[in-house]
Amino acid sequence: MGRFLLKRLLYGVPVLLTVATLTFAIMHVVPGGPFDREKKLPPEILQNIEAKYHLDKPLWQQYVLYLKQLVQGDFGPSYKYVGRDVADIIRDTFPVSLTLGLSAVFVSLILGLPAGILSAYKPDTLLDRFCIFLSTLGISLPNFVLGTLLILWFSNTLHWLPPALWEGPKYVVMPAIALGAGYAGYIARLTRSTLLEVMGSDYIRTARAKGLSEATVILKHALKNALSPIVSVMGPLTAGLVTGSFVIEFIFSVPGMGNFFITAVTNRDYPLIMGVTLVYALLIVLAHIVVDLIYRLLDPRVTVE
Amino acid sequence: MKLYSRLSRPAQWSLVFLIVIASAALFAPWLAPYSYETQDLQLTLSSPDTQHWLGTDRLGRDLLSRIIYGARVSLFIGVFTSLIAIGIGTLYGAWSGYKGGKTDQWMMRIVDVVFSLPDLLLIILLTVVLGRGITGIFLALTMVSWVTVARIVRGEVLRIKELPFVESARALGMGQYRIIFREILPNTWGLLIVTLTFRTPVAILAESTLSFIGLGLAPPFSSWGTLANDGWTAIKFYPHLIVFPSIMIFLTILAFNFLGEGLRDVLDPKKRA
Repeated sequence: MGRFLLKRLLYGVPVLLTVATLTFAIMHVVPGGPFDREKKLPPEILQNIEAKYHLDKPLWQQYVLYLKQLVQGDFGPSYKYVGRDVADIIRDTFPVSLTLGLSAVFVSLILGLPAGILSAYKPDTLLDRFCIFLSTLGISLPNFVLGTLLILWFSNTLHWLPPALWEGPKYVVMPAIALGAGYAGYIARLTRSTLLEVMGSDYIRTARAKGLSEATVILKHALKNALSPIVSVMGPLTAGLVTGSFVIEFIFSVPGMGNFFITAVTNRDYPLIMGVTLVYALLIVLAHIVVDLIYRLLDPRVTVE
Repeated sequence: MKLYSRLSRPAQWSLVFLIVIASAALFAPWLAPYSYETQDLQLTLSSPDTQHWLGTDRLGRDLLSRIIYGARVSLFIGVFTSLIAIGIGTLYGAWSGYKGGKTDQWMMRIVDVVFSLPDLLLIILLTVVLGRGITGIFLALTMVSWVTVARIVRGEVLRIKELPFVESARALGMGQYRIIFREILPNTWGLLIVTLTFRTPVAILAESTLSFIGLGLAPPFSSWGTLANDGWTAIKFYPHLIVFPSIMIFLTILAFNFLGEGLRDVLDPKKRA
């Protein structure tokens, strides 16, 4: 197990290095620097600023310097938020985004799993069709549309929930639903199809022959073996939650990493863009490792190499 | 027509809906009640009524007309980026799958790197470089979405190339290009049509999401996403401005997904999920 973990972690290093190099390259071929203003800065001041942020050095030196700092966990200073380090900003905003992401995963599981189980329980019935229809609705409803509708309904009309900001559990409800609903659809689909596949196996026939109720057969026998594929989508799901968080944090004015990322792109705040991108990449690499680990625990036959 | 009658009911409705939307987009200048830029400063921010069916925006422009013209941009980007992505992805995936071995490994490693990063994140980073005009958004979307197609096609080619008819083609001495293009790829057209139907809503969603958060198309182009973004600032008092474009985005994506599922059931019955 230890060797597996180490190997997977080492596997992540080239991925992160590629991402770091790519973002660095992308950010530096862009026309227009972070200090372009409507009103031109005097050349001396511009020179000072560029010297301060090492922008006057050749590109490869900037790259080496950047990587050197990166290894030490230093993402450099933000161009836009003067006096703040990118690492600081990430440290402040990451927990917010993490809370939102985990709540969204919770929402998607609590809606998706039961819907998929219900579907597989009575396949090709009205109930099944209804669940499939709902899941297609969930998949097709863009999260910003859902978010807007939720605000219009629950904040503007009913005044039940706050439409924006992040000041307590009440503020998490709508963003988590808007972010998680689409994935609930995917999970429902996947649960249904894997359950139906498993239901054809011999051991299910044995369980039925023993006279167990259909509910026990599904919940106790089939579901356990149907879980592996569901766990395996958690990797891509993390990636989806990351991009979903841009939109949801924007709509609900949540002070998370996604929101800062959008502002950073508009402001051309290179260090912040690169820092946040790297954190996302790291997150996805870690998510895949965790998924592989759970996979091994669920199904001892699997040896991930 | 034969294909149409074999589609499920929701897929049939979706097809009709999409044809209506596409025609509206195509014939926008004749169908739209107003031009998309005519301002009526006497009638700004009016709610839906008989004169302006979906109301007007801040500058008194007719929302219905703007949605019809917006369909041009949204559908164009959705359909054409997917078409190009399918072209590139098919060639790449077919070559990788057919060659196998080291070539396949390396080609797929590149795909895996692009694939492992979130689409929208990559698109945003790319548009920083390529700009936020139609070309920039178009290129960024294509560059990100071909990898999905490449993976799907590669899998299918891996399966088909082991079939007896390919073996006999090889035994007859056919060249590899001829085998790929004449023997293998014609067997994937059903899969490609289904893939196109599923990729298009993904592209429409990506573009509208980008535009909604203000990182997408820059004026003067307006897609449904930019219209929704316009409406966002006025959500509290003039919800019609955001509700109607949002509903169009949702219905169009929904229709493509229903159609895709219907087509998959007909063209590829094995993969029914």
